[in-house]
Amino acid sequence: MHETLQTQVIRNPHPQADSQLRRRWVKLRRNKAALFGGVLILIYLITALLAPILFPGNPSAPNLMKSLERPSIEHPLGTDELGRSILGRIIYGSRVSLLISIGVVFVGLLVGVPLGLISGYYGGKVDFGIQRVTDTLLAFPGFLLALALVAVLGVGLKNTIISVGISMVPIYIRLVRGCTLSVREQTYVEAARAMGTRDVTILIRHILPNVMAPITIQTSLGMGTAILFAAGLGFLGLGVQPPTPEWGTMLGSGRAYLFNAPHVATFPGIAIFFAVLGFNLSGDGLRDILDPRSKL
Amino acid sequence: MLQYVIKRLLSTIPVLLGISLLLFFMLRMLPGDPAQVLAGQMASQEDIKNIRQQLGLDKPIFVQYGIFLSRLAKLDLGRSARTQSPVIKEIWARLPNTVLLAVTAITLACLFGIPAGIISAVRPYTWIDYLFTSMALFGISMPVFWLGLMLIVVFSLVLHWLPAGGIGSWKHVILPSFTLAAFVVAFITRITRASMIETLSQDYTTTARSKGLKEQVVIVKHALKNALIPIVTVVGLQFGLLLGGAVLTETVFAWPGLGRLIVDSILARDYPVIQGTILIFGLLYILVNLVVDLLYAYIDPRIRYA
Amino acid sequence: MRQDSLLTIKNLRTCFHTYEGVLTAVDGIGLEIYRGETLGVVGESGCGKSVTALSILRLLASPPAEIQGEILFDGKNLLNMSLDEIRKIRGNSISMIFQEPMTSLNPVLTIGEQISEAIKLHQGVTHQEAWAEAVEMLQMVQIPSPEIRAKEYPHKLSGGMRQRAMIAMALSCHPRLLLADEPTTALDVTIQAQIVDLMERLKEEIKTSVLLITHNLGLIAEMAKRVVVMYTGKVVEEALVEDLFAEPLHPYTQGLLGSIPWMGRKMKAGRKQLQEIPGMVPSLLEMPEGCRFHPRCPRMMDICRKEEPPLVQKDGRRVLCWLWK
Repeated sequence: MHETLQTQVIRNPHPQADSQLRRRWVKLRRNKAALFGGVLILIYLITALLAPILFPGNPSAPNLMKSLERPSIEHPLGTDELGRSILGRIIYGSRVSLLISIGVVFVGLLVGVPLGLISGYYGGKVDFGIQRVTDTLLAFPGFLLALALVAVLGVGLKNTIISVGISMVPIYIRLVRGCTLSVREQTYVEAARAMGTRDVTILIRHILPNVMAPITIQTSLGMGTAILFAAGLGFLGLGVQPPTPEWGTMLGSGRAYLFNAPHVATFPGIAIFFAVLGFNLSGDGLRDILDPRSKL
Repeated sequence: MLQYVIKRLLSTIPVLLGISLLLFFMLRMLPGDPAQVLAGQMASQEDIKNIRQQLGLDKPIFVQYGIFLSRLAKLDLGRSARTQSPVIKEIWARLPNTVLLAVTAITLACLFGIPAGIISAVRPYTWIDYLFTSMALFGISMPVFWLGLMLIVVFSLVLHWLPAGGIGSWKHVILPSFTLAAFVVAFITRITRASMIETLSQDYTTTARSKGLKEQVVIVKHALKNALIPIVTVVGLQFGLLLGGAVLTETVFAWPGLGRLIVDSILARDYPVIQGTILIFGLLYILVNLVVDLLYAYIDPRIRYA
Repeated sequence: MRQDSLLTIKNLRTCFHTYEGVLTAVDGIGLEIYRGETLGVVGESGCGKSVTALSILRLLASPPAEIQGEILFDGKNLLNMSLDEIRKIRGNSISMIFQEPMTSLNPVLTIGEQISEAIKLHQGVTHQEAWAEAVEMLQMVQIPSPEIRAKEYPHKLSGGMRQRAMIAMALSCHPRLLLADEPTTALDVTIQAQIVDLMERLKEEIKTSVLLITHNLGLIAEMAKRVVVMYTGKVVEEALVEDLFAEPLHPYTQGLLGSIPWMGRKMKAGRKQLQEIPGMVPSLLEMPEGCRFHPRCPRMMDICRKEEPPLVQKDGRRVLCWLWK
C-alpha cells in the first residue's frame, strides 16, 4: 500500500499531496467555467420569464413595410422577412427552447431511468430484451433517430419534444443500467434484500440515489443537446412550425436571405450557441464535482 | 483473426434484425393506410390495390414481416413515391457523396484534433491548452448548420473564394467538410487530451525517457500509441454523430447526399426512401464500428481475437 | 578505502512547487558512488530515495520539480547539461530499473523493440544489429528462447520475466552506473532471489556501479557494500554494510534494524524482540523543528527539538545526530 502510494508520488510528475491540491485547484478553476455556464442559463431563464416585459408586443405579428431591415435602434438585431423584430423573436424563442429542453429531458428520464433500473437490477431476460432494443436504437446517430421519429409522428412542438426525447432514451438506459449493475452487488443492497425489503423500495431508496450523479451530469449535457437537436429539426423545417419563434426555425427561414440580409440567420445561431454552451459548461462543472474519476 | 471477423459480423445480426423490425413497425405506425401512404396522394384506387398485393398487406402480420425481410435481403427497398425509381438506385446515387463528405471531415477532424489534444496534454494548464480546450467546447456547443451558414457568408459572400454550395470541383468539398469537421473535432481533441495526460504519467513513459529517447519519440511512439485506443473508439462513435450532422450540413450546402435525400423525402412524405435511407445509415454505422473493433486488434496486442 | 569516484552528489535539493507550498523531497544530501561498487540507499516510503534517483537522470517533470545542487558524473555536472547532453547519458552511461515490471514496460511495443531502440539510439547501429544485440541481452538475463520472446509483447511475460527484460534493457548499452529503484519489491520471494543473483552476476560481467534503492535491508545486506540511510529527504547515516548492521549509530537506523525479523536471532522476550518505530513519517509540508526524527526518537534530548543536528564524521562513517557530537 505504502509503496504503491509512493510510486505514484514520484512517477506522476506531481506528487500525491500536490496532485490533490492541483485537482482541487482545477476544480475551482473549472467551477468558474461552470459558474459562467450557470449564469448563462440563468440569463436565458430570466429572459424567458420576463419576455413580455422585455419585449412588449407580439413577436409573431408581421410588418411587411419593415421586412429585412438591418440592425437599428428600433430593432437592435434587425427584422426578418416579415418585418418582425429578431430580438423580440429571440427573446420569445428562449421560452420555446427552454420548454423543449425541459420536455425532452423529462421524456428521456421518464422512460430511460425506470428501464435502466429494471434492466440492471433484474438482469436475465428482461435485461436482454431491453438491451437489444437499446442496441438497435444506438445503431442510429441520435439526430437521425429523432429525424426518423419526426417522419412518423409529424412536425410541431409536441412531436419535436417526443422525438428528441425518445432519441435520448437509450443513452439514459445505458447509463442507469451500468450504475445499477455496479451498485446491485454492494453489501447494503444484499442486506436489504435479505431482510425482505420490496424491490421497488430497494430500487428507489438504495439504487436510485447512487445513480443520481451521472443522471444529473447527463441531464445538463442532454438539455444542451436537446436544444441543438430541436434547432436542427427546426432548421430543416421539420421542427416547431412558424410563426412560433423557435431559434432553429428562424435560422432556417433566414437562410433564404443569407446573401442580402445575413443578420437574419446570424443572431438566432448566436442565441443557440450560448444556450448550449451554458448547459455544456455546467454539465462539465457538475462532472468535475460529482464524478472525480471521470477523465474528460 | 478471420474467426473474429466472422464472429463480429454474426453479432451484428440481432441489431440488423432490430433495425428491420423498427422499420417494419415504423411503416405500421404511420397514420392511415400504409398502401395509401406508399402510393402517395395522387394514387388511384387501382394503384393502392396493387401496392397492397405487392406488399402482401392482405396476409397475416408475421407473413408480412417475412416478406419484408426477404425483400430486404435482396436489397429490394421498393420504389420511391416521388420519382418511381427503385429506392436502392436513389441511395446508390447519393451514397458516394455522403461518404466523400464524411471521410474528408473525419480526416480533417483527426488532423487537427489529435495534434491539438497532444499539445494540450503535453502543456496542460498553459495558454495553448486553454485555447484548444475552449475551442473544443465552442465546437461542441455550436450548431453545425449555423456554422455552415457563417462560413458561406465569409468565404462565399464576402471573400468570393469558395462556392456557397452544390457539387463539382474540390472547392465544393472544402466548406461542407470543414463545417462537419468542426462538429467532430471537439470530441477528438478532448479525448486525445485526456488519454494522453493519462499515458504520459504512466511508468512506461518514464522508462522511455530513462532510455534517452527524444521527447517527440516518447510522446508519439510510447505515449500516443497507448492513447490511441480511446481515441479510435471516440472517432468511431463520432462517425455516427457525423452522419447526423451530415443531414444538416448537406442541407446547408445543397450537397446531394443521403442526408439531403432523407430530409427531402420526409418533407415529401416519401416513405420507401425514408425507410431505405435510415436502413443504410444504420448499416454504415454498424460497419464503422466493426472497423473500429478490428483496429483495436491492430493497435493493442493485448486484445486477443479467438 | 579511497577509490575512484564515479558519481558525486553534492548538496542536492529537489523540491516540488505546489499550490500549497514547496515540498522538499530531497533536502541537501551528499553522497558518492565509486567505480564498480554497489551503494545501497535505504529508507521508508517518502524519504526521498526514489526522487534522488530520478533527480540524477533529471526524469522529474519541471515544473513542478526543481533540482538544485551538483551531481557530478565523470566530473561533469549533470544538472548543468543541456537536454540533448543528458539524453546521451540516459540509457547509455547511466540507466535505470524501476520497481513495477508490470507497468514499466510499454504494453504496445514488443520486448525486442523496447530493448533495441536504446541500442540503436546510443550505438548508431542498424535496426538488425540492434535487434540481434537485444536478443543477446535477453539471453544474458536468462530468458528462455530469446528470439521468440523478443517478438512478443510484455503481457505475455510473467512479472519475473519482465523484470529480467527490464534489466536487459537497462544493461543493453553497458552503462557505467545502474540506478535500481526497488528492483525486486514487486516480485515473489523466490523470483526475488533469482533477480538478485542475476544482478550480482551481470554487475561483475559488465563492471557497472549500482545505486540500489530499497526499503529492504536484507537486499542491502546481500548486494551492497556501503549503505546510506535516508529519512525525510536527508541522509541520516552512512557506513559500510557490516558496520551498519553490527552497530547502527542513528536511532532511526537502530529502529529500522529492530523492526525486521532476523533468522537465528534469539527470541529472548518473545514478541517484544520485534520492535517498531513509533509514530509516522511526518508530512513534507509539516516538518518538525530541529531534528526531523525527534518526535519518534526514543533517545530524544532537549537540543534535538531546537536545533538541526550536524553531520558527524566518526570512524569513516557519517551520522546526522546530536548523540554523537
